[in-house]
Amino acid sequence: MQNRIVVGAHYGLRDWIAQRVTATVMALYTVIFVVSLFCMPEFSADAWRAMFSSGFMRFATFLFWLALFFHAWVGIRDVLMDYIKPVGLRLALHSVVAFLLIGYAGWAAQILWRL
Amino acid sequence: MSDTTLKKPRPKHLDLKTIRLPLPGFVSILHRVSGVGLFLMMPVLLWLFGASVGGPEAVAQAKSVLGNPLVKLVLFGLLWAYLHHFCAGIRFLMLDIHKGLDLPTARKTAGAVLVVSLTLTLLIGAKIFLG
Repeated sequence: MQNRIVVGAHYGLRDWIAQRVTATVMALYTVIFVVSLFCMPEFSADAWRAMFSSGFMRFATFLFWLALFFHAWVGIRDVLMDYIKPVGLRLALHSVVAFLLIGYAGWAAQILWRL
Repeated sequence: MSDTTLKKPRPKHLDLKTIRLPLPGFVSILHRVSGVGLFLMMPVLLWLFGASVGGPEAVAQAKSVLGNPLVKLVLFGLLWAYLHHFCAGIRFLMLDIHKGLDLPTARKTAGAVLVVSLTLTLLIGAKIFLG
């Protein structure tokens, strides 16, 4: 463990577990989404909008986006750790990705609660 | 004591042009490629989702953007990326709980991931883009 660096992966189980938990949440949501699509009375913009306006779907969809952003954080961070060796550049890219994903979470909330 | 064996220079083979990945390795690298692709296109997907559930004007705007053949091609690629990431991800979750670890099974499930995700991409893509 002499090779610990400031932008390392915390060498723990937490992110590994989070990757799998968020994956499971997204897989379940995908099933719910497909079932909801088949339950639509007609395929129109109004019906599509109404589907996401229901309390359950709004909440489930928001959880899906959150799971996705957390999942993407772990995944992209792993990719950056594999290919970007200079620590400064890696830290900068980690920060960009983290802030982008936080911004996306706000964007997703705004889309869903404007309905 | 084991330190002495580790000090020997270990063989490294990183020539991408001559590396032939086995099927499970191919599924694995495509899992990474599809994940990065989905991440990079995230703002496009969020914008399209937001517009699709917006008012009539936003919906019309989304429809005109979707009319562009290049956008269609990118979305078709992203559809594959999602389906491949989904199928390969389920395979990895199974491997995590030690299901299908033996080589013949691992090869078969890797092949199944490629076939199922490509077939679903063509079916759903045809349904979406050809009506």
